[in-house]
Amino acid sequence: MKIGMDVGSTTLKCVALDDNNNIVYKAYERHYSKIAELISKMLGEITEKHPEFSEAVLSVAGSAGMGFAQTYNLEFVQEVYATKVAVSKLLGKTDVVIELGGEDAKILFLTNGTEVRMNGSCAGGTGAFIDQMASLLEMSPLDMNEIAGRSEKIYSIASRCGVFAKSDIQPLLNQGAKKSDVAASIFYAVVNQTVSGLAQGRRIEGNVVYLGGPLSFLPELRKAFDNTLNVKGVCPENGLYFVAMGAAFSAKSKPTDIKKLIESIGEGRVSGEYPSAKPLFLNEKEYADFLERHGKNTVKNVTLAEDKNVYIGIDAGSTTVKAAVINKNGELVFSRYMPNSGEPVRLVREFIGEFYSLYPDAKVVSSAVTGYGEELIKNAFAVDFGIVETVAHFTAAKKFKPEVDFIIDIGGQDIKCFKIRNNAIDNIFLNEACSSGCGSFLQTFASAWGYTSEEFSKLGLFADRPVDLGSRCTVFMNSSVKQAQKDGASIQNISAGLSISVVKNALYKVIRAANADELGKNIVVQGGTFLNDAVLRAFEQEIGRDVIRPDIAGLMGAYGAALWSKENAADKSTFITPQELESFEHTVQTVACGGCSNNCQLTVNTFNGTRKFIGGNKCSKPVRSTVKTCEYNIYDYKRTLLEKYSDTKGTRRTIGLLMELNMFELLPFWHTFFTELGFGITLSDKSSRELYVSGQHTIPSDTVCYPAKLLHGHVESLLNKGVRDIFYPCMSYNIDEKLGDNNYNCPVVAYYPEVLRSNVTALKEINFVSDYVGLHRPKDFVGKIHKIICDKFENVGLDAVKKAADKAYEEYHLYMNKVHIEGLDFMKKAKKENIPVIILCGRPYHLDEEINHGIDKLICECGAAVVTEDAVSPLVSKFPTDVLDQWTYHSRLYAAAKYVADKQDNDINIVQLVSFGCGVDAITTDEMRSILESRGRIYTQIKIDEISNTGAVKIRLRSLFAATGR
Amino acid sequence: MNPENRVEFTKEMQDYTILAPNMADIHFSILMNVLREYGYNVKLLKNDGRAVVDEGLKYVHNDTCYPALLVIGQLIDALNSGKYDVNKTALLITQSGGGCRASNYIHLLRKALRKAGYGQVPVISLNLSGLEKNSGFKLKPSMALKALSALIYGDLIMLLKNQVEPYEVNKGETNRLVDKWIADISAMFKQKKGYSMREMKRILPEITKSFADIKVEKVPKVKVGVVGEIYVKYSPLANNNLEDFIKSQNCEVMVPGLLGFFLFKTDNRLEDIKLYGGKKLKKIAMTVAMWYLQKIETMLNTAAGAHGDFCVPAPYAHIKEKCTAIIGAGCKMGEGWLLTAEMMELIESGYGNIVCAQPFGCLPNHIVGKGMIRKLKELYPQSNIVPVDYDPGATKVNQENRIKLMLAIAQEAL
Repeated sequence: MKIGMDVGSTTLKCVALDDNNNIVYKAYERHYSKIAELISKMLGEITEKHPEFSEAVLSVAGSAGMGFAQTYNLEFVQEVYATKVAVSKLLGKTDVVIELGGEDAKILFLTNGTEVRMNGSCAGGTGAFIDQMASLLEMSPLDMNEIAGRSEKIYSIASRCGVFAKSDIQPLLNQGAKKSDVAASIFYAVVNQTVSGLAQGRRIEGNVVYLGGPLSFLPELRKAFDNTLNVKGVCPENGLYFVAMGAAFSAKSKPTDIKKLIESIGEGRVSGEYPSAKPLFLNEKEYADFLERHGKNTVKNVTLAEDKNVYIGIDAGSTTVKAAVINKNGELVFSRYMPNSGEPVRLVREFIGEFYSLYPDAKVVSSAVTGYGEELIKNAFAVDFGIVETVAHFTAAKKFKPEVDFIIDIGGQDIKCFKIRNNAIDNIFLNEACSSGCGSFLQTFASAWGYTSEEFSKLGLFADRPVDLGSRCTVFMNSSVKQAQKDGASIQNISAGLSISVVKNALYKVIRAANADELGKNIVVQGGTFLNDAVLRAFEQEIGRDVIRPDIAGLMGAYGAALWSKENAADKSTFITPQELESFEHTVQTVACGGCSNNCQLTVNTFNGTRKFIGGNKCSKPVRSTVKTCEYNIYDYKRTLLEKYSDTKGTRRTIGLLMELNMFELLPFWHTFFTELGFGITLSDKSSRELYVSGQHTIPSDTVCYPAKLLHGHVESLLNKGVRDIFYPCMSYNIDEKLGDNNYNCPVVAYYPEVLRSNVTALKEINFVSDYVGLHRPKDFVGKIHKIICDKFENVGLDAVKKAADKAYEEYHLYMNKVHIEGLDFMKKAKKENIPVIILCGRPYHLDEEINHGIDKLICECGAAVVTEDAVSPLVSKFPTDVLDQWTYHSRLYAAAKYVADKQDNDINIVQLVSFGCGVDAITTDEMRSILESRGRIYTQIKIDEISNTGAVKIRLRSLFAATGR
Repeated sequence: MNPENRVEFTKEMQDYTILAPNMADIHFSILMNVLREYGYNVKLLKNDGRAVVDEGLKYVHNDTCYPALLVIGQLIDALNSGKYDVNKTALLITQSGGGCRASNYIHLLRKALRKAGYGQVPVISLNLSGLEKNSGFKLKPSMALKALSALIYGDLIMLLKNQVEPYEVNKGETNRLVDKWIADISAMFKQKKGYSMREMKRILPEITKSFADIKVEKVPKVKVGVVGEIYVKYSPLANNNLEDFIKSQNCEVMVPGLLGFFLFKTDNRLEDIKLYGGKKLKKIAMTVAMWYLQKIETMLNTAAGAHGDFCVPAPYAHIKEKCTAIIGAGCKMGEGWLLTAEMMELIESGYGNIVCAQPFGCLPNHIVGKGMIRKLKELYPQSNIVPVDYDPGATKVNQENRIKLMLAIAQEAL
C-alpha cells in the first residue's frame, strides 16, 4: 500500500497504489496554497473508500511539498527524480522526457548517460507562463489551445520571461494581429524557451515522452514541440500522475498511520514563522482617516450644459483603454475605463458611439490620444493629436497639484515615473525589463487564487503580519510566495505582502531611489494600480510621506490628453463625426513586407476603406512618416565601412570569422591581417532570429547576454557554409585607448570562445582556433601570433606576419579614425541645420541589427542625428571616475558622458543602450547617470534584449525631445 | 578613480572600530585575531537576515552581483544598528584586481556610503596588489606573513574538519577541536611564534594528528564538493548556509581551500607575460612568489597526508596541467579556469557530486562554471554537477530542491 503525493506550485496530485502497483485512487486539484487542508482531504477520501490504506507508505514530492514533508516527518522525494523512476518503471524505451508543470520545466535525458535539467530561477515557458499569456488574451488555456489549431502564421515572441513575452504580444494585439496566430505563437515560444533553456547542447531526439499538466491538456502545445524538434512525442496515460507515482515507487520508509496523520494535520499548522512587515492599517479608524484624506482630490463630474464644446482624450494603454471627455473648465463630462482585451479599436468605437448617443449635440473642439495604441487609434478615428504618455500624465497631474515635482504612474504592466524640473519633464524612469511593480503582477496572483484583483488586495488591508517578500521579479516572486505558503502565511498576509512588494519594486528596481526626499516633495500618484488602497498605503508607508491620489487616478492619461488637446486646439477638429462613426469599417490584413531582408509581418489596418495604419514594421519603410528622417547615422556609416571587409578567396586556406561581439570592431584588423598573409575569409551570416534559433540548443547558460547567445547561431552559420577553420581568439585585454585605469574586455567578450569550444560538439570536427591573443602589445603580438598561425593553420614567415600586423593595426586605426571624423562632421552639420544629436552609447556589437532592434534608425526617424560613443571619446582625455574604469568599451561610455556634460548643449544628448544580462552595465549605468546629472544633463537608458518592441523606446525618445524643448 | 572622493584611513584613526564582512569562518577568525594583535579594533560582521539584503538593494544597483550587494548591505546595516559610533568607525573590504566586476566592490561601497549619509566613514582596501593605500593601515611584513599563515592554517583545519565531522562518534567534538586550534594559533602568533616555515612544518602535522585522533565511524555517505564564485562559495550569508544544508542531508562536504586561489592569482601574472609579453623583472618577481607559494602548498599537503587517511588536495601545478586541456590558462577573470580545475579535481578525488554556486548573472561563471559542465560530463560521465544561482530573489526552497535532485542521483550511485 503506497500513497504518493505531488505538491506542485499550483496543483496537488495524489495516487494510491495497491501492492501490485495498480492505481486504486487518483486526484488532481488546484491547491490555492491550502496544501495541508487539501492533503488531509484527499487522504480522508482514500481511507474512506479503501480502509486498507489506513496504514500505508506515504511519500511526498514537489517543491511546495518540502515544508509539509518536513513538518510531518514524511519521506520527501525530489520530483524530477520521481519522474525518472516512474518513467523507467512504466514506459518502454524512452530517450527524453519533457515535463512542464505550473512553474517548472524539466527535461530528462535517459539514454547515453542520464541527465536531468530543470529550470533555474526563470519560470518562462511553464504553465504559469501559459496561464499568464492566456489571461492576456482573455481566455482559458484550453480555449487558447482550441484557436491555436486554426493559426495561419507564427510570430516571434520572446519566451524567456512572461514580462518580455507580454511586451511582444501586446503590440501584436494592439496592431490587430489575429488571436489564433498569437495563441499558436505563444506555444512555439514555450517550446523555444524549453529547448534553449534546458537542452544545453544536447539534442532532443528518439522516443520523447510529454508529461505534466500543460502538455497533457494542450495538444497544440505538443504539436509545437513535435514540429520544432522533429519528433513524434507521446503523452502517456496518467501523464499527470507520474511524479506522484514515482514518489510512491521510490518510497523506502515504513508505513505511516494515515488516520493519525489526518488528525495531526487538523490540529497544527506549519511553523508560521516568516519575515513580516508592518501592517498596512492597524484598525478601521486609520483606514477611515486615510480614505477621508484621499477623498479630497477629485474632479467634478458634470453633465453637458449650454456650452456644447468638448475635448476628448484617449489613453490606449497596454492592458486597458481609458477615455475622458471634458468641458472647457476641465470638468469631466463622460469617461470610460475598459480592459483592453486586445481590441482597442472596437472599445474606442463603442466609447465614442456611447458618448455621441448620450450627447448628440456635443461639439468636439479638439482631441488627443496617447499610449501604446496611439498611432492605431489616431488613424482609426482621425484624432487631432498623438502625444507621448509622459506629457499627458504631467498635464493631468498639474491640474491637481500645480507645483508637482514627481509623478509616478503604475499601470497594468508599465511604470512611468518622472521628475519635473522647470516645468518640464526632466528625468524619466520606465520599467523596460521588468513588470513586477505593476498592476498585472497583482492580477496574476489574484487570479491564480481565484479572486479579482480588487477582492484580493482588499484582503490585505488589515493583515496583521504582511509577508515580507522584498522586491523582485514576478517570476521569482512565485517562488517567494511558495516559500511563504510553506511557512504558513495566510492569504491576507500574502496579499498585503504583494501590495508592499509592488511598491518596493517600483521604488527600488525601477526608480532606484535611496530615500523619499530623492523623489520629490509634491508627489502625484496615478494609474489604475494606485486606486488599490493597499498599494497606495504601502507606497506612503514606504516613502514616509503623504501623496496625492486623484480620484481619477486610473484615467489620468486620458484626462491629461484631453486637457492637452484643449490647450493646443486647432481651428477645426478632424475628429470622427457621428455620421462617419455610423459607417465606420475596420479591416485587418496580414502581409509580409518584403521591403528589406527583415521580412516583417505587417498588419495592415484599414478604416472606412481609406485611412490606413500599418503595424509590425521594424523600420519606417512601409509607412509614411510625418517627421523628416535624419540622414546622419554613424551606425549606418559603420555598417557601410564594415561591408568592405567581405568574403574573399586567398592563396592559402579560408578562415571563418564570427560576426558578433568584438569582431564588430576588430573585423578591419583581422580581415586585413589574414588577407595580407594570403588567407581567404568567410564571415558568418548577419544575425537574425532564425540564426539565433539555429544555435540555441548549444547555449549552456540561459542568463548570459543575448549577443553571446547569438554566437552559437553564428557558429552554425559558418559550419553550414562548410568552413573548416575558424579563428575566434580569447582576449582578456583590449586595445588601450588611455581613457581608463585599465583596458580589459568584459569576461564574456574575453572568454566566450571557450564556451563555444566546450559546448558546440560540431566544432570538434573542424579546426577551431581560440588562442589567447593580446592586441594591446603590438610589439609582442607579432611573435605570439606568428606561433599561433604556424601551429594552428599554416607555416608563414615571421616577416610576412610583421608586415601583415602593421597593416592590420593601420587599418584598425584608420577605421576608428574614420568613425571619429565622420561623427564630428555629422555633429557639425546637425548644428548647422538645427538638428538634435543623440549620442547612442553602447558597445561595438550594438551595431548588430538583431541586437539593437533598429533603435538607431528609430532615432533618425524622430528627426535626430545618431553619433556613437567612440566618435566622441577621442576628444576626451582621461578623467577621474567614481568607479574603477577598467574596460576599454566602457571607458568610452564615460568619456562620451563627460563630453556631453561638458558641452552643455541642449541639443546633444546621451542615450545608452544596455544589454539585458550585462553585469558590467549595472556599474556603468549608474556612473553614466551621475556624470550627466552632476552637470544637469538628462540621462536616458534603453534596455535591449531579445524583445523587439520599440514602443517603450519611442516614449523615452519623445519624452527626451519634449524635455529638451524639441 | 576619483581621489578627491576618497576618505583616507589615517594614522589619527587608530582608535576606530573597523568592521569587516565575514567570508570563510575559520580563516577569517584567525585573520581577525592577527589584525587585533596589531592594534586594529576589528569586528567580523555576522549580522544577516532580510535587513542586510534590503539595505543592499537600496544602495546598490540591483543587477550588480549578489556578493557586492550583500557585503555592502551588511556593512550599512551594521552602521545603521546604532552599535557603533559612525564617526569613529571604518570599514574593511578586500579588493581584487582584474576584469571582473568584483574589482569594483570598494567603489560601489563608497558610492553607497555617500548615498546612505555615511560619507565620512573611511573604507580600507585589503589587497595584495597595491591598488589603494591608507596611511593609517599598513601591511607590515610580519603582519602579512601572519595573514598568509592564517590562511594556511585555515585551509588545513577546514579540510580536516569537513572530512571528520560527518563521521564523528561524539557529536561536537570536531567543532570543539576547530575552536581550540583557532585559539591556540592566535595565541602563538601573539608570542611571535607559529608562523615561520620551520614552525609550521611542525605544527601543521600536529593539527592533522589531532583530527585523525577523533573517534569516527565510517559509514558510506554521499560526498559533495562545493565550488563557485569565491564569496558565494564560502559565505553562509550568501549561500543560505549551503554547507550546513548539505551536511543535514547526511552528506560529507568538501570545499577547496583558499591557497589555490592565491596561487592562481599570482600565476596569472606569469601567464599574462607568457601569452602577451611583459617585463622581465615582473616575471622574476612572480616566479619567486610562485616558488614560495608552491613550497607552502607542498608543506600543507604533506601535513594533511601525515596522519590518518585524509583526502589530500592535488598540487596546483597538477590540476593546472589537467585543466588546461579543456580551457585556456589565460582565462583568468574571477575564479577563471581554477573553478573548472577544482571541479575536475573534486571529481577525480571522489567528490563528483558538485554544487557550483554563483551569483545570478555572474559573468565569469557563464564561462568557467556553467559553460564547462557539459565538457566535464563528457570527460567524466559519473560527474553530477548542479549549478545554483544566488541573488536576492532566489529562494532557499528552490535552491534546496535543485540540490536535492543532485543528491537523489548521487544516492542512487552510492
